[in-house]
Amino acid sequence: MKELVEVIAKSLVTNPDQVSVKAIEDNGATIYELRVSPEDMGKIIGKQGRIAKALRTVVKAAATRENKKVMVEIV
Amino acid sequence: MTPLEKTGKTVEDAVNSALAELGVSLERVEVEVLEEPSKGLFGFLGSKPARVRVTLKPEAPKMTEAVKQTVKTAGAKPAAGTDAVQVAKNLLTDIFRTMKLKVMIEKMTQEDHVVLNLRGNDLGVLIGKHGQTLDALQYLVNLAANKDADTRVRIVLDVENYRKRRAATLTQLAERLADRVKRRGERVVLEPMSPHERKIIHMALQQDPRISTYSEGEEPFRKVVIALKK
Repeated sequence: MKELVEVIAKSLVTNPDQVSVKAIEDNGATIYELRVSPEDMGKIIGKQGRIAKALRTVVKAAATRENKKVMVEIV
Repeated sequence: MTPLEKTGKTVEDAVNSALAELGVSLERVEVEVLEEPSKGLFGFLGSKPARVRVTLKPEAPKMTEAVKQTVKTAGAKPAAGTDAVQVAKNLLTDIFRTMKLKVMIEKMTQEDHVVLNLRGNDLGVLIGKHGQTLDALQYLVNLAANKDADTRVRIVLDVENYRKRRAATLTQLAERLADRVKRRGERVVLEPMSPHERKIIHMALQQDPRISTYSEGEEPFRKVVIALKK
């Protein structure tokens, strides 16, 4: 799952080497903290969060398949 | 690396016979559907087999990604005419690998866009409620594919022809609701839909002399309204 967040994030940004994802367990749910270089923030969030929303939708679908609860936070 | 063309009763059959001849697994090849099979009259008269072109991928997917990354970090501009569709396919391959899904990607080139049809078992997860997941994935793939491309390519993702089936459902829904509007004289507001789905509703009713359709609200909650023509 962590790898999925990474793969998608890297495909969208200008500096893929500065993409990092940290998984934090929280009460049975997993939070993925996604970090990108400051200049790539717009490329990962998008206008009105449209890109971030699409990313979350895809990751949630993958999580449902494994019966997991996940959240993606961009920090 | 020469492409191999095969025919078979179904697309799967054709691909499998190509794989058998090459002695590799599905992940190692690109599949292009040249012709969908057709049953013909009574299942034999004028029936056509499926025709596919199978090409060995130059490297394993992992390698491609590693190479891509070194190019990026070196700050080199991608070569002119970087194939956006190839970028899309590589990304999808990577995504499905991390999701542990076995998916075959079929490419169909249309006039103004490229359809990547995804085939495999149990791909409902990729569609999601009313195609939400599929739309999200399609949006991300288009962004990634056109990031460095000189010319924009529109990529449409489909799963087992879901979009075609959904279009038929929406057309039926539109016709049913239009009948209700005519009977009761009250307008009907549909649930929020993507631009593509709204267009299907508008198209379905544009020939109806008594009905007019329009959209209201802001994206992503824009809805189609079906009303009587004034």
